[in-house]
Amino acid sequence: MNIPGDLKYTEGHEWVRVEGNVAYVGISDHAQHELGDIVYVELPEIDTEIDSKEEATNIESVKAAAPVYSPVTGKIIKVNEDLEDNSENINSDAYGSFIFAVEMSDPSELDSLMDADAYKEFLEKE
Amino acid sequence: MLKRTPLFEVYKDYEGAKLIDFGGWEIPVNFAAGIIAEHMAVRENAGLFDVSHMGEVTVEGDTSEAFLNWLLPNNVKGMKDNQCLYSPMCYPEGGVVDDLLVYKYNSSKYLLVINASNVEKDYKWITKENEWVKKESNLPVFENLSTSMSSVAFQGPKSTEYLSAMAGSEVNDIDFFYFRDDLKINGIECIISRTGYTGEVGYEIYVDRKDAPIVWSYILDKTKANGVLPIGLGARDTLRFESKLPLYGHELTKDITPLEANLGYFIDLENEDFCGKDALVKQKENGIPRSLRGCEMVDKGIPREGYKVFLDGKEVGHVTSGTKSPMLNKFCGLVLIKRNLGLKLGDEIQIDIKGKLKTAKLVKTPFYKNI
Repeated sequence: MNIPGDLKYTEGHEWVRVEGNVAYVGISDHAQHELGDIVYVELPEIDTEIDSKEEATNIESVKAAAPVYSPVTGKIIKVNEDLEDNSENINSDAYGSFIFAVEMSDPSELDSLMDADAYKEFLEKE
Repeated sequence: MLKRTPLFEVYKDYEGAKLIDFGGWEIPVNFAAGIIAEHMAVRENAGLFDVSHMGEVTVEGDTSEAFLNWLLPNNVKGMKDNQCLYSPMCYPEGGVVDDLLVYKYNSSKYLLVINASNVEKDYKWITKENEWVKKESNLPVFENLSTSMSSVAFQGPKSTEYLSAMAGSEVNDIDFFYFRDDLKINGIECIISRTGYTGEVGYEIYVDRKDAPIVWSYILDKTKANGVLPIGLGARDTLRFESKLPLYGHELTKDITPLEANLGYFIDLENEDFCGKDALVKQKENGIPRSLRGCEMVDKGIPREGYKVFLDGKEVGHVTSGTKSPMLNKFCGLVLIKRNLGLKLGDEIQIDIKGKLKTAKLVKTPFYKNI
């Protein structure tokens, strides 16, 4: 299972890449594998204020819809419009396919997320 | 503890098999290829499904034909030996107990193939609870073979070619909705019917439970080089969906009549008395209240089962099944909506997808047709 060392992870299988005060959010390789073929990503609206652990959007596989939660509090400033017509990119490149980006209002929230080693351990236990 | 089919141990031989709880059964939703690739394999080539969870009940004795002709709205009396028949099975009120296949050996021996999640309910209904068995004294002999009989479905445009190489050229001569019980695969006796749940040419193969892993592995080993894949329940659902084949619990329930589900073709109202006939005749005379239609999303989103359907702000029905059609590459749904809305193909309806009304338009069904 692919778990890049430079990202942070949540127990809900989101990953976070931090660039300055912006958190880019996607779902982990494990999550895309569990979901199977992804056929639709509902992109959140830009400028939405969002709390950490609040549902930001949904990813739909052939069989089911799965919510994606924002790992941090802030404002959604960017969404990955490529996914609108190419949602399968998440299957082929989960870490290269961010879904939305949040301008963080409280970057200290990142401290509560898992690093790659902790996430690996979490997956093994799950 | 989830129930397992005899093929459970064999799934391990196929890397990437993802097991889910399907109505109490632990069955792969997909194998390594994934739902969409498996779907395409069946549409373009062939694929093998484990359908051992399905139930089988035999009905034997000289009253079998009369009984089944009463129990089922389709015309059992019109069947030839070695023919198969699809029929809903109705309650007296017209709603559906289950939908099933009837295999006729002769007029005093039949095999019914029923849905996995309904086996106990159906067996009780067939053998104890309906009016005919309560009233008559000369009953057929029933046997529930669901745990001793297993089955695989081999489906796809190339299935005839591959199967005839394994089970003999006689396979070529099995007509649509007929079966043979004198053919062997790798020396194993089986019932082979030209039936299926995919909208493609295909076969369902019934064997003794202990032989199922042998037949499964034999078919896949022989055809692997041709690109034949093992197929999970996910693609089984998308394939039947594109072909508008009803799934019990979705398009058919005890609260939906077969006429509402547009299965009038399988209801022989000219037939002598059958269970549910009065209710269905009355429904036809008074106007069938709802209709099962197909729609395609205009706005983006997937119409999932249970979502409400609106027309001009008024609720008019609900989604029974929905997914992205792999063949059309479009988000499609089956909707059970009020009948007298004056809607034609192309007209728009709205579907409440997670609190947002999204537009869809009515389209022709089946969504995809190959044969």
